[in-house]
This record gives sequence, structure tokens and C-alpha cells, in this order.
Amino acid sequence: MSAAVLSAQQLTKRFGGLAAVNEVSVDLFRDRIHAVIGPNGAGKSTLTNLLSGDLPPTSGRITIGGVETAGRPAEMVSRLGLGRSYQKTNIFLPFSVWDNVRLAAQSRERHQPFNPLHWFTRASGLAAANARCERAIELAGLQHRAHTIAGTISHGEQRQLEIAMTLATEPTVLLLDEPLAGMGQAEAETMVALLQKLKKDHAMMLVEHDMDAVFALADQLTVMVNGQVIASGTPAEVRADEGVQAAYLGEEH
Amino acid sequence: MSAPKAQLEKLPRSMQFMLLLGALALAAFPFIPLTGGDFYLQMLSQMMILAIFAMSLDLLQGVTGMVSLGHAAYFGLAGYALAFLTPADMPISLWWALPVSALGAGLAALVIGFFVVRTHGIYFIMVTMAFAQMVFFLFFDNKALGGSDGVYVNFKPDATLFGWAGIDLENKTTFYYLTLLLLVGVYAFLRRLLFSPFGRVLAGIRVNEHRMRAVGYGTFGYKLAAFTLAGTLAGVAGFLWAAQTGYVNPELMGFHMSAHAIMMIILGGMGNFAGAIVGAFAFEYVMHFFKDLPYVGDFHLGKHWQLWMGLFIVAVVLVAPRGLLGLGERLLARKGDVK
Repeated sequence: MSAAVLSAQQLTKRFGGLAAVNEVSVDLFRDRIHAVIGPNGAGKSTLTNLLSGDLPPTSGRITIGGVETAGRPAEMVSRLGLGRSYQKTNIFLPFSVWDNVRLAAQSRERHQPFNPLHWFTRASGLAAANARCERAIELAGLQHRAHTIAGTISHGEQRQLEIAMTLATEPTVLLLDEPLAGMGQAEAETMVALLQKLKKDHAMMLVEHDMDAVFALADQLTVMVNGQVIASGTPAEVRADEGVQAAYLGEEH
Repeated sequence: MSAPKAQLEKLPRSMQFMLLLGALALAAFPFIPLTGGDFYLQMLSQMMILAIFAMSLDLLQGVTGMVSLGHAAYFGLAGYALAFLTPADMPISLWWALPVSALGAGLAALVIGFFVVRTHGIYFIMVTMAFAQMVFFLFFDNKALGGSDGVYVNFKPDATLFGWAGIDLENKTTFYYLTLLLLVGVYAFLRRLLFSPFGRVLAGIRVNEHRMRAVGYGTFGYKLAAFTLAGTLAGVAGFLWAAQTGYVNPELMGFHMSAHAIMMIILGGMGNFAGAIVGAFAFEYVMHFFKDLPYVGDFHLGKHWQLWMGLFIVAVVLVAPRGLLGLGERLLARKGDVK
């Protein structure tokens, strides 16, 4: 197997005396979906935030494509190829779907806020950004909503938009924080199909509560409880793990 | 969940047409006989200057979502720059005094912005005000800088261009047209900017800065650039103010000046620059109207203009939360005129 696109070693995040994430290691590979499951408060979202640069880790290492990223701000981590979606839909509600995604796509153009030349060109005329935007919207299946205001589309579509914005930055690593949250049966199926489609080009980490989706999608599974990894392996291995059954799966299955 | 009301970034056709009419009316005004001569000419020049000032703040307040309560500092600094650049015995050339004064204000905004754009919301409001108060007292308490009395601008800037002295700023009509030209120029520039990649990033920061960072934007640089640019354009307005009145004092950078600009934008409508212009004109007009109110018995209504002004602003915010422009759009839409 090729080298991990994202590798996190011994990540720890303390909030005062509480270790929200305690010595967690994760390796993400292209064409692999690595699911992270665990009860509420297990530290899954904190782990996501550490990897994406939204929070600095207390200790531990993170590399993306070989570049050390622990402690770097989110925008830099993003530009190193990490794209993330949020558990709570985090989009630009007053903008159209197209403008949401186009703005994300534009982030891969050159950044020169103090260059007056950038004050006179038209944002809508940036060909490369428009192409990325169109691809991402198509991939996420939102073509029919492209010119609708993001605040008026359905919850499921907003979750798709969330992913389209992430894709528009052409990431190598995708961190998806509960992409199925609050979705109906049909919407969830659409999303699962989308994730399957995205798998081959991305290293993917999936935080999810929907166990059917997790076992349908995941190649690798990490179970967290109280900030710690209690089991890690293939879905079959994890399912057989007695500790996991007692701590987590047992309650639901 | 319904989407927040659009900010009229894209102005409806009918509104663009009315703005054009307004601009033509301003251009024609000096030719209309019996309009009261220099008095109204100067008053309109002043309104246009304040409109430039309000537009510069709108770049922060309406577009980027950064409400600065200290924007007058940059307005006043450029005015002082003109006062101190003008020698005692001769005028200074407009062609370098204006850029130098405006860029000087921009430089101050860059330095202050470096500290303040890291803050958000209420903290940003407080810190911008604190810095503006520091600038205010730097001039207010310093005799060498004119103190509380201020400084006279000895001569109006000289607009001689390549030996051609056709533009005489002592002439009120000429000054009026220079101001109108700059008003239109700044408006056109900012409208262009609004839809540039830079402007789109600023709008994104207003709506959701966190998400902007997550997709890879270093928002600090963008906010600092916006703050600097806004300070520079406020400087253009401050320069014109000093050139027109021939006098600067610390009040130009005072709290009231900053607060008035905020109210102008709220009054007209935020985030599209046209609202800032409409708001500046409306604010000044209404202010003069209230100041001219008569006595009722022993009670001078005009003396308490600030009270009426406050009530007026409250009423507008209640009736037209998106300002006069938003109200106009609603009325036009009712007539089935939009799109």
C-alpha cells in the first residue's frame, strides 16, 4: 500500500484537565474510507477539528502529503489539500449554490489582497474557478439547484452543498463530519452513493452515527470512547471485538 | 429556514436608472438658475463629500461586516495632512497633495488595522473607537498640531495641470464638479471592486468568516486590505472637506463624525454603496431640516435636532430595515417593476 496521505500520530487535545482526544493515531489512504465511530462526546469532532487546523493539538504530529501541519491555521491546512465538511451545516446562506461553490473554488486562485489588479477583474470571469465550481456541483448532484439561494434548499441538499464546496478546493483528503446527519432515507442513499463515488480519488475520513452507512462504506474503522481509541481495524474485526460490543455497538445492535 | 434578505448587491434596473437621473441632476444643478447660488452649491458639495466618506465605511460595514466606530480618524487625518502640507505663502498642487493625503490616511489605517482586524464584533467596534479617540486626543491636546482650535488651510489646492490653469478650486462651481467627479469615480471603483475576486472574498467574510478560512482563505490579509482601502478613500473625502472649508479641527475625527457615517449607511441601505450615497444625502438633508425647526412658544425645536434625528433614525430602521434603498426596492417590486 502506498504511503498515507494524512498521518496523525499520538494526537492529544486537552481542555483543562479533560483529554478530549487522547493519544489518537490515524492514517488515511487514497481510495480508502476510514470511519470513526463512538458515542456522543467521544472526541470524534475534536479529532476532526485537530486534523483540519480548526483547533491546535496539545501534542502529537500531523502530516499531510509529508508536510507537518499540527498547529497550523485552518486556511493553510486547507491549501495543503485537506477539505472538510461540518457536522452543523456551514454554508453561505444568502448566496446562491453556485456562488457558494464558486467562492470555495476561487480560494485556489492566487491570493493577493493588496494587489490592485485583483480589485478590477470580475470574479465571475475566472475560468479555472468556474470550471472547478461546475465540476464540484455536478459531482455533488446539485446542477438543478445551482442558481437557488442556499438558504432555501432542503436540508439534504445543503449537506450536498457542504460537500460540493469542499470538493471545489480539489482536496486530496476529505474529512466528513456526519454527512448523513438529519437526512431521510432517500437523501441518505444519495449521499452514500456520492461518498462511494468520491472514494477513489480521495483519502477519506468519515465521522458518522448511521451504522448502516458506516458498515456499507468503511474499509477501516476506529472506535473512540472518552477520547481514546478502544478498537481499530476492518469492520469485521471491529464487529467481533468484545470490548466494542460492550462499550458501544451492544447498545444499538 | 428562509434566506436572509439580499443586500441589493445587484441593483434593479429601475434603481440604476434613478441613480443615473440623480447623477445627471447633480451635474446640471449649477446651471439651474435661481437655486440660491453658492450656498446650495456648497451644501451639495458637502453632501457629496460625506457620501464618499459613507461609501468608504460601507466597504467595511456593509460589505465585509466590520462595523468601525472610528472611521472618522482617517477622514480627519487626510484633512490635517492638507493643512500641514500647504505652505504659509502659496497653494499646494492638488495633483500630489490629494494622493499624499489619502495615502497617508491609508497608511494610518494599515498600521491601526494590523491590530484591530484581528478582533470581531463588539470588540472590533470598541478597538476601532479607542484608536480613533487616541488620534483625536493626539491632535486635541497637542498645540503643535493645532490643539482644540484646529488649523487653517491657508490656500485652496492649486489644480494647474501641465501649465494649464483652467481648473480654479477657489471657484465654487469648479470645486463642486471636482467633488462630483470623485464621487462618481469612487462609486464606480467600489462597484467594480464589489464583484471582483477581492470583493467576493470580503462578502464571504461577512457571511461566514469561519467557513472562508476552512476553504483556504487567509482572511486577515483581506480584512486588512479592506481596512486600508477604506481608510484611503475616507482620506479622499477628508481632503476634500478640508479643501472646501479651509479649516480642520479635531471634531473631524471625533466620535460624532464616525457615528454619523454609520447612521448614513443604515439610513440608505448597506453593502451596495448606492445606499451610502442616498443615506448621506438624506441624513444631511434631514439634519438641516431639523436644525431649522422654529420656536414653539419658548421652546426651540431646532436646538434639539439630535432628539428628532434619533427618532427619525429609529423610525426608518423600523419601517425600512434595509434602508431607504431597500424600501425603494420593495415599493418598486410591488409595482411589478423588478426583473
